[in-house]
Amino acid sequence: MVHSRVVVLGPQRLQPTLADAVASLGIKGRLAAVTAGWEERESEDQELAAHLHGRTTNLALYERADGVFRYDTELHKATRERQDRIRRSQELYRLRLAHQLEAARELCRRESLAGYEGLVAPQLEGAIAGLRALDDEHVQRIRSIHVEFQLRWKPFERESIALQRRELEATLKDCSALCIAGGNVGILLNRLRMFGVLDMLRGQPIFAWSAGAMVLTERIVLFHDFPPQGAGDPEVLEAGLGAVEGLVALPHADRRLALDDRARVSLFARRFAPALCAALPPRTRLDWSDGRWSGESGTRKLCADGALAEVGT
Amino acid sequence: MSLLGDLAAKGTLGPSDLDAFLRAHRFPLVEGRTVTFVYVGAADEVRLRHWISGLPTSQPFQRFHGSPMWTLSIDIPEGSRVEYKLEVIRGGHHQLIQDPLNENLARDPYGANSVVFGAGYARPDWVNHDSEARLGEIHELKVESAAFGESRDVLVYLPARFRTTRRYPLLVVHDGPDYMKYASLRTVLDNLIHRLEVQPMIVALTGSPNRLVEYADDERHARFIADELVPSLEARYPLLPQTISRGLMGASFGGVASLSTAWRRPGVFGSLLLQSGSFVFTDIGPNDRGPVFDPVVRFMSDFRARPGRPADQAYVSCGTYEGLIYYNRSIVPLLQSTGMHVKFTEARDGHNWENWRDRLREALTTLFPGQLMMVYE
Repeated sequence: MVHSRVVVLGPQRLQPTLADAVASLGIKGRLAAVTAGWEERESEDQELAAHLHGRTTNLALYERADGVFRYDTELHKATRERQDRIRRSQELYRLRLAHQLEAARELCRRESLAGYEGLVAPQLEGAIAGLRALDDEHVQRIRSIHVEFQLRWKPFERESIALQRRELEATLKDCSALCIAGGNVGILLNRLRMFGVLDMLRGQPIFAWSAGAMVLTERIVLFHDFPPQGAGDPEVLEAGLGAVEGLVALPHADRRLALDDRARVSLFARRFAPALCAALPPRTRLDWSDGRWSGESGTRKLCADGALAEVGT
Repeated sequence: MSLLGDLAAKGTLGPSDLDAFLRAHRFPLVEGRTVTFVYVGAADEVRLRHWISGLPTSQPFQRFHGSPMWTLSIDIPEGSRVEYKLEVIRGGHHQLIQDPLNENLARDPYGANSVVFGAGYARPDWVNHDSEARLGEIHELKVESAAFGESRDVLVYLPARFRTTRRYPLLVVHDGPDYMKYASLRTVLDNLIHRLEVQPMIVALTGSPNRLVEYADDERHARFIADELVPSLEARYPLLPQTISRGLMGASFGGVASLSTAWRRPGVFGSLLLQSGSFVFTDIGPNDRGPVFDPVVRFMSDFRARPGRPADQAYVSCGTYEGLIYYNRSIVPLLQSTGMHVKFTEARDGHNWENWRDRLREALTTLFPGQLMMVYE
């Protein structure tokens, strides 16, 4: 479900800006925090709590999920099987993606070669259309795995989860906003989805950064242009929670993407167009309000021509 | 025209010409694939001593146009690292020295060598301290060994943010303290874990008081590592139970010890990181490397005849300037024939610690890949 007010921030570890962002919306009272992406370190949120002057209540989604799985072993087994299927689907998608992306990159390389004038553009357009179709197909395939799981296991109707949801709902009722930290994007997504946390909000704004920002989008894109092994192919993980529209969140893009490689930037932007592909290094901010995006000065987006441009206010 | 050619073109060289030349350049001179070594000083003879297999290990310099400067130009391919010393002969005395004109040194347990970098070589940035990287800790452990009839000291690296509630892969390193000292292993682990390129892991840094014996396929060593050290670590630390998450690592004789231990205890270790392994074998006749290699050759004969399946995966590397390159190239298809997944890398380098350091990123990310694509903090 699309939310009305979301603030997306750059990574917070070394240059936190969250408190300022919260203050800028005039938010008082308790702040619910999700640090499930930190996995077993979920409860080590002292720095975050101190930064927000002790106003946080950690929803402890990782711990709650652990408890559910210990109690409801049938659901645990089914969840593991689902995740195995998703992992394998991702592997197969990745195989196809690697070839299609390499073809698109080779076309980009030939754009400037003598003798290819006027020939590359239509081929590249077709290659990008193929990539988009593959991404769409993958998202649909993973979605169908989730739908099948929901229909068969009806997790919200199971006592193990219903109990946790009641507690979370009560906690969230007393909070003025929800803060979602980064970490492992897959774990974070699954924990938020498992308890249906976003659906419990009653109009409170969401502040999110790093993986926390990625899970709020309609489609989660994994990326790293400089991996120690392989070509560094950006890939779609699956549909996100859809709390915001038209965004591909790219935390630490300054480190993880070759932003000075115009061909690579262009291919990325065109593949995920018309979404706003936002570079989110520390100290950047994007606001989602009334169905549109605005960015603080210095917050940039990847453009189809391979350049970076201010998101604009 | 080369830099030396330019200098020679000036005709008669005075002391000021030489001084200016020496001040203007870094030495050795690297011009494409041509590397020129320079020595200035009184000598009857100057020779380059290096350990590049396939080239004469001692090569003479020539006096440069009657000046006190001696030079030697050799072909060094791009991306190479070559360690060397200069042998200065004067009045019948031979002195092996580091290159006075080159501040780049590579250290090892025997001291330090000068090192020249071929065009295009760059010291990896991940071997340098990163102020943003969280630091792991080193714990000291004494392990009682019935195999050796004594206790052995082991250093244990625990990754930053170590938690007892999480389980970790285990990597047992032969010559561990040397890997830390000469191959920056601790810094490399801190950096690669921080960058999410490798999994947070527990690393046991072992040593041996008699490595040429114990590392040469010694049953006592296999017993110590597999039957004593690993259970002792399992009792103290939260380790992942899968064999793929248990690794052995070593260079030179440490590579032999890693392979031999895995082979003697199949199913215990799933991952092998073998650098410049001394995998010497003969197809006929005795080995020509001396008696210390005899047990290695016997092991390799047994292993080649009955390789079994010592592990699930291996990363194998060797320098192309090493005499061991033939043996390492030979062992790759043999390991692959066992069903193991094997990655093999050759580097333009020799049998030295910085070669092994420079391969660590590829090696560790091959065997213990981190969650780079999944984690965004």
